[in-house]
Amino acid sequence: MTDLTDLGVRALRDGVRAGEFSAREVADAHIVKVAAAKPLNAFLVETPDHAIAAAKAADDARAAGETLKPLAGVPIGMKDLFCTKGVQSAAASHILEGFKPPYESTVSQKLWDAGAGMLGKLNMDQFAMGSSNETSAFGNVISPWRRNDGGNAALAPGGSSGGSSSAIAARLCPAATGTDTGGSIRQPAAFTGIAGIKPTYGRCSRWGIIAFASSLDQAGPMARDVTDCAIMLEAMAGFDPRDATSLDAPVPQWEAGLNPSLAGKTIGIPKEYRVDGMPAEIEALWQQGIDWAKDAGAEIVEVSLPHTKYALPAYYIIAPAEASSNLARYDGVRYGLRDLPDGAGLQDMYAATRADGFGDEVKRRIMIGTYVLSAGFYDAYFTQASKVRTLIAQDFDNAWEQCDLLLTPTAPSAAFGLGEKSDDPLAMYLNDVFTVPSSLAGLPAMSVPGGLDKQGLPLGLQIIGKAMDEQGVLNAGLAIEQRAGFAARPEAWW
Amino acid sequence: MTESTYRIQGATGEWEVVIGLEVHAQVSSKAKLFSGAPTAFGAEPNTQVSLVDAAMPGMLPVPNRECIRQAVRTGMAINAAINKWSRFDRKNYFYADLPQGYQISQLYHPLVGEGVITVQLDEKDPASPIKEIGVERIHVEQDAGKLMHDQHPTRSYVDLNRTGVALMEIVSKPDMRSPQEAGAYLSKLRTLLRYVGSCDGNMDQGSMRADVNVSVRKPGGELGTRTETKNVNSVRFVMQAIEHEAQRQVDVLEAGGRIVQETRLFDPDKGETRSMRSKEDAHDYRYFPDPDLLPLELDDAFLDECRQSLPELPDAKRLRYEEELGLPAYNAAVLTADADTARWFEALLAETARIQKKGEAEVAKAASNWLISDLFGGLNKVGMGLEGGPVSPEHGAELLALIGDGTISNTIAKQVLEIMLETGGAPGAIVEEKGLKQTSDTGAIEAEIARVLDANADKVADYRGGKEKLFGFFVGQTMKAMQGKANPQVVNELLKKALG
Repeated sequence: MTDLTDLGVRALRDGVRAGEFSAREVADAHIVKVAAAKPLNAFLVETPDHAIAAAKAADDARAAGETLKPLAGVPIGMKDLFCTKGVQSAAASHILEGFKPPYESTVSQKLWDAGAGMLGKLNMDQFAMGSSNETSAFGNVISPWRRNDGGNAALAPGGSSGGSSSAIAARLCPAATGTDTGGSIRQPAAFTGIAGIKPTYGRCSRWGIIAFASSLDQAGPMARDVTDCAIMLEAMAGFDPRDATSLDAPVPQWEAGLNPSLAGKTIGIPKEYRVDGMPAEIEALWQQGIDWAKDAGAEIVEVSLPHTKYALPAYYIIAPAEASSNLARYDGVRYGLRDLPDGAGLQDMYAATRADGFGDEVKRRIMIGTYVLSAGFYDAYFTQASKVRTLIAQDFDNAWEQCDLLLTPTAPSAAFGLGEKSDDPLAMYLNDVFTVPSSLAGLPAMSVPGGLDKQGLPLGLQIIGKAMDEQGVLNAGLAIEQRAGFAARPEAWW
Repeated sequence: MTESTYRIQGATGEWEVVIGLEVHAQVSSKAKLFSGAPTAFGAEPNTQVSLVDAAMPGMLPVPNRECIRQAVRTGMAINAAINKWSRFDRKNYFYADLPQGYQISQLYHPLVGEGVITVQLDEKDPASPIKEIGVERIHVEQDAGKLMHDQHPTRSYVDLNRTGVALMEIVSKPDMRSPQEAGAYLSKLRTLLRYVGSCDGNMDQGSMRADVNVSVRKPGGELGTRTETKNVNSVRFVMQAIEHEAQRQVDVLEAGGRIVQETRLFDPDKGETRSMRSKEDAHDYRYFPDPDLLPLELDDAFLDECRQSLPELPDAKRLRYEEELGLPAYNAAVLTADADTARWFEALLAETARIQKKGEAEVAKAASNWLISDLFGGLNKVGMGLEGGPVSPEHGAELLALIGDGTISNTIAKQVLEIMLETGGAPGAIVEEKGLKQTSDTGAIEAEIARVLDANADKVADYRGGKEKLFGFFVGQTMKAMQGKANPQVVNELLKKALG
C-alpha cells in the first residue's frame, strides 16, 4: 500500500473523497511521522488531537453521504506566526512563549472551515526575521536535505518559513502555511525542493498573523507541487473586513484554472537579476527555465528593472522600521513574558522583558528600525526608502508593458550550512536579493523546484506576476514543474 | 476684527500674550476609532476593551466610518478645507496606558485643513468685540487608557476602556491675545461641536480638554518661546492657566531669565502651572505612516452627505433669529449659545405658533422672553436644566397660549410655572384644578371695585383731587380682592368708569 505521507494535498483529498483510505488513516500516518522527526525540530507544538478531530469530521461527513469540504482529510502544518486558538502561538520567540491566543487567525480559520486539520505549529525564524531559521528561540530547524558529499553537515531549511519547508520536504505534512515578507515562503521552498506562492499583497488576511512588517507581510501556501499550492491558496485567500489592507476581490478558482500552456504569454527576463558572483549553476538553471518556458509556448523577452539594486537596502529600512513599531506591544504588561526585577519600575520592566524576550536578530532589526525612524534620520532613510519602493513598483509596471510574467532564480545559492552565515547578517540578507523586489511591489510570486545542484541540493525558479494574476503565476509554475520533472527527495536520516 | 488690548504690566513695560489651543474632543460614536468596542462613559474598568484595543498579537485596526464622518462634519462647520486624501501615522512611545506602543494619529496628512471660528468676546453681549480665530487643522487619533495609582500600595492598575476611543485634535493658530479670547474660543468651539453633534463637549467627563500654548512678547515684537500646559479641563481653568503662565513668563524674563520650551501641568487647586518635562527629555515619537491602514480617501458622495447632514450653525441661527423672528440681539445670542437651548426654543416656538394659529415671528419675542426670564429663572431656582427638565416645550407653549388668550394673567402664569416646575404638570390642568382662570365677569369685578372704593374713600377723594398716581393702587387692591384672577384690562376699564 502507498505510504499516505508520500501523497500531496490533491491526492489525499481525492483519495478520501473516493474512499480509497480514510481521513483518519491519513491523519494517523502523518502524526506518526511528525512524532518521529524530532531531530528536524520542525514542529514547536504537536496537535494530533486537532488533526484527528478534523479527520473524524471528514470521515463522518463521508459516511453520512455529505459533500466533502475542499480540504477534508488533509492534515497540514501551521507556521507559528499564525494565532491558533488555545494553542501556543509564539512566533518562535521567547517573549511569547506560552501565549495561547483566545482567537483564531482568519487564514487558519478558513483552512479549518475548509476541512483541514492541524498537525502542529511549525518552527520559524523568530518573528519571521531570518533566512535560515537560526533565529528561532527554540533551536533551528534542520533541513532534511544533505549534501551528496557523504558528510552530515546540517543545512538550513531556509527562512523564515523553515519549519514549513522542512516538514513538507521530509513528508511530515503535505502542505503548510507560510508567510512571506521579503521571501520567507519562496526561499525556503527553493532550499528544500518544494513549491510555495506568495500571493498579491492583501489576498490573504493578516488578521491574527503576528506582525513583522505590515506593509509586506503576506500569507501563502507551501506544498510539494503547484496544484497543491493552488488548492491551499483557494482556501486561504479572501476578503476580510477585519484587515483594512485586505483585497476586496472574489477568490478565483485557481485549481480549476490551472493550464500548463504558456502559448501567447510573454515572459520577461530581468537583466538586473544577473548579479555579480551568481553561481554558474544558478545561471544554468535560469537558462534551463527559460528553455522550458519557450517549450511551453512562451515568448521570451529581456526586460529591465533598473532600480533592482536599491530594493534590498530599501527593504532593510522599511521592514525593520515597521517591525520596530509592530513589536512595541511586547512589553510584559498584558501577555507573554514579563521580567520584573525586584524593585523595578515600568521602564525597568520594559527593558528587562524585551532584553530577555527578544533574540539578537529581532533586537538588531528593532534598533535599525528605531534608528531609521528617528528625528533627523527619517528623511534620509525612511522617506528615501519609500520613494525607492515606489520606483520599484514602477519598474514592474513598465515591465508589464512588455511581458506578462517574469522568470528569475529564487535565491542566489542553494541551501547553506547552518552556522555558515549566522555571524554575518549582511551575507544573510543577500539571500533575499531576488525575492524582495516583488515583495516591495506587493506582487504575486512563487518558487518551484527546478533541479539539483552538483551537491545534490534543490534549486528553485521564481515566477513573478502582475497584481492579482496568481493564475498566471501558477500556470507558469505548472509549465516549469512539468518540464523539470523534479522527483528528488531527501533520504530519511532522522 | 478688534485688536486685543489685554496687556500684562511688567517692570519693563507692557507685555502681550500669544495663545494657541490644541483641543482634544472625544468623537461622539458608539464604537472606538479602530475597534468595535463600545465607548460609554463610566463603565467598570476594562469592560470596553476589544482584542484590538489590548493590542493582542496579530490584531489590526479598521477605521470606524462614523468617527471619520463626525470629524469631517466638524471641519465643515468651521469652513475648513476637507482633505479628500489623508493618512494615519503612528506616534511611537512606551507607556502602560498605550498597549500598542504607539498611538495612531495623523501628523503628515490630517483629515481637515485650515478653518476659522468667529468668536464674540462676551457671547451674551452683542456689542462686545468679535474676532476670527484661525484653526490650523483637525486630525483624528486614538485616546490612551488610564492608569490608576490608588488601588494598591505598590502597584499601578491600568484601565483600557478609553484606549482607542476616537479623538479630534483641533489645533488653533496662535491667534488669541488674552485669557478672555481663549475662553471665548473654547466656549464657541464647544457650542459648535454640540451643534454638529460630533462631541458632547462635557469637559468634566474629559470629553473635551485643551493643551494651552502660551508665550509672551513686547507688543508687536518677535514671538517668544512657548510652553504647553497639558490637559486643562474647563474654560475657567484654561483662562486661569493662561493668566498664571503669562505672568510667570513675564516674571522670568524680567528677572533676566529665559523661557524653556517645555510641557507643563495646571494645578487647579493652586491655580498655577508647573513644569512636567522639558524639550530636552521630550520623546522622539518616530512618526511614520501606519502600514496597517490604507490612506483615507473620501469621495464626493460621502462629503455631500456630511455637508447635508449639518444642522443650522449658531452664527446663522442667531442672524435668523434677529432678522426673521425679530428677536432682540441679546435674546438671539442667549438662545443660540447652546444647541439644546436653541432646539428647545424652536420646539416651543413651533408649538406656540401652531396652537395660537399665528406666525412664528408674531409669537417669537414673547416666547423668547418667557423662556429667558421666567423659565430659566425658575429652572435655576430648582437647580434643573432645560433638557430633561420638568417643563416640556409643549407645556411651555400651552402656558403661553393661556396668557395670550387672556385665560390667565402674567402674574398667575408665574404661579402656574412654579407648580409646573414642581410637578411637571400641564398648565391647563393646573389652572383648572387650582381655579386660576382669569375672569372678565364685569358684575363680579364691579362688586369688588365698589367694596375697594368704599373702604378707601379718602384715597378716592385724593384721586379725584388730582392724585392720578393712585390709580395703580386701586388696580392692585381690586386684583388682590379678585385673587389675581381678574382680567387686568377689564379691571382698568371698570375702575376708570367707577372713578369717573
